[in-house]
Amino acid sequence: MSAMPTTLPKPPTDDKRWRIVEATMRRQGYDTHALIEALHSAQQAFGFLDEPAMRYVAKSLNVALSKVYGVATFYHYFTLKPQGKHACVVCLGTACYIKGSGEILKKVSEKYHVKEGETTADGELSLVCARCIGACGLAPAAVLDGDVIAKSNPEQLIATIERKLAK
Amino acid sequence: MTPEELATIADKQKEKHASYEHIFNVCMESGCMSSRSDAVADALGKEVKDHGAGKKICVKRVGCLCSCAQGPMIAMSGCKETPGMYKGVTPEDAREMVGALGGKPVERLSMDARQPFFTKQQRVVREFAGTFDPEDLDDCIRVGAYSALLKALTQMTPTEVIQEVSTSGLRGRGGAGFPTGLKWSTVAKAVATQRYVVCNGDEGDPGAFMDRSVMEGDPHRVIEGMAIAGYAVGATKGYIYVRAEYPIAVKRLNKAINQANRWGLLGRNILGTGFSFDIELRLGAGAFVCGEETALLASIEGNRGVPRPRPPYPANYGLFGKPTLINNVETYANISPIINRGGAWYATIGTAKSKGTKIFALTGKVNNTGLIEVPMGMTLREIIFDIGGGIPDGKAFKAVQTGGPSGGCIPPDYLDLPVDYESLASVGSIMGSGGMIVMDETSNMVDVARFFMEFCMSESCGKCIPCRVGTYQMHEILRRLCDHEGTEADVVLLRELCDMVRATSLCGLGQSAPNPTLSTLKYFEKEYLELLAQSKAKNNGKSHNGRHLNVLGSEVRV
Repeated sequence: MSAMPTTLPKPPTDDKRWRIVEATMRRQGYDTHALIEALHSAQQAFGFLDEPAMRYVAKSLNVALSKVYGVATFYHYFTLKPQGKHACVVCLGTACYIKGSGEILKKVSEKYHVKEGETTADGELSLVCARCIGACGLAPAAVLDGDVIAKSNPEQLIATIERKLAK
Repeated sequence: MTPEELATIADKQKEKHASYEHIFNVCMESGCMSSRSDAVADALGKEVKDHGAGKKICVKRVGCLCSCAQGPMIAMSGCKETPGMYKGVTPEDAREMVGALGGKPVERLSMDARQPFFTKQQRVVREFAGTFDPEDLDDCIRVGAYSALLKALTQMTPTEVIQEVSTSGLRGRGGAGFPTGLKWSTVAKAVATQRYVVCNGDEGDPGAFMDRSVMEGDPHRVIEGMAIAGYAVGATKGYIYVRAEYPIAVKRLNKAINQANRWGLLGRNILGTGFSFDIELRLGAGAFVCGEETALLASIEGNRGVPRPRPPYPANYGLFGKPTLINNVETYANISPIINRGGAWYATIGTAKSKGTKIFALTGKVNNTGLIEVPMGMTLREIIFDIGGGIPDGKAFKAVQTGGPSGGCIPPDYLDLPVDYESLASVGSIMGSGGMIVMDETSNMVDVARFFMEFCMSESCGKCIPCRVGTYQMHEILRRLCDHEGTEADVVLLRELCDMVRATSLCGLGQSAPNPTLSTLKYFEKEYLELLAQSKAKNNGKSHNGRHLNVLGSEVRV
């Protein structure tokens, strides 16, 4: 347990979203154990974790910046880069894989010239792979901006992405 | 809340429930929700309201109705309704379904509820699943939520609770199958002022979604199981570690914890018995290794999810250095029926060494995909061909994969194998958390081995060398084989690496990472040989004589 810093660091900007992050840490008494919780709330508020965010959390919880960076990069869920306007998650769980999600990923990747885990140059589309989204009954599954696309195929998914991008 | 109030709520709710002539039980789990089951429920609700039939017809938002691939699913019940099911429903069908009440069901949407997929299941954990609203605590109490906790707190001593769990023969549902009663008594005996109860909801196995379904469909049962465990081992604080990838489960667990706290079913002085127990939710962040207990504890403590050597086991030295009980979601969900109906009753289900039922996520190339709960000891053939309805498109069955990246592929020869912990281990697989993925003749088994090795390679935490480097090298070899660049020497080296990684890795991830490869090498060696022959043909009949060694990414031939 770390001692609570006598003066709490100020958030990097006056963006109101920092209050959410602050509230999460306060609820846990600024305990070092709250690190992952704090990163979750920062990512939820801003969409990704940048250096100022990690520095702020490190200072507030009184842990080394290297540890914050270590945790942020260890877990797949955290991302240090801003995501595209639209996010396409292709599930690569076993059930989806044997029903052809590998092919779906390949076709989407070729079509938009974007590798998994990356965002297109125009910042429109991020392509993400999931280990398993737990929708195995709907395999092969993809998630486009939070909507699950069940029993998909490359053509159908690309057509849906096209419709999203056109909007 | 007092015990009397709990009983009153249950009675009132039962009365109210019995007064409905027709009940639409609409599935609200991730699978069906993704095909807009919430819109279907809204449309039904509106339709019922328009008819002014709110007193006679009820639209309930319930947990999983098993047949996930056919969603959105609806099960019909109520005093005047003959039980039946609807599948693939859209909001536009609402009017027709309400209109058909009391008469013949809408035929084009109907599904036979008496097919083996439903009738061959035996439900203990999912006893009431699909008949109550998990977000409505009153409705949960109607089907007996917290009655086991009340019984344990008022009629049993902690030792008696542990004794009951031991008698039941329940074994850990996370995969390893450690006797639950023994684990509980070890934690209870540990000398400490503070103990913790942790629920492992980090269901990382690709192809498994049983725990998600239990957390979404019956969060109060998990909470109740943990509170009973807390009473038995002398803990006052619990943590549920759940994957952030399961947003609906997170939402419902949070809601359930808040409800339970507000109603005095958690928190200080539960049901006026003097026992106090708090539960906090912790979100995982996408690391498969966090399913390993010591890695999970490290993650709850805010660190990288890296395992440590055992002993000391978490039962003696766990969360924040205190004795900690860690069980899987499904294990906790088994506790209330054991307390309510007795360990001896539970022990009558299953086989000699594996008691009770197990939930499986039956997926892949099989006709009926979805969630099934069956007694231990049922054969793979019954599960795949009777319940699963066989392989689609008249294709031949080739293998079934159990246990995810830590399990193995079981060939057709073992279809009559009873599914229990020992039998699965005897053929080189494991029970695992309950994923069961069926593969047909079109599946390439070497590619399947490569797929799982890639998974283990990228999920290896990097702490111990056998796992970190071994999985990388094994993946390289499997990739070469799949790309027709492999040699006989590669296969020899692959076998050596499998043995080495299995014997020397620090935690379960590395120790079991070779399983998919070993089992395919054993049962589907022919496919490896075919790939080797193809490589030879590709290289103009010449085989590489040398052995490839991959040193830090650069190829060296020796």
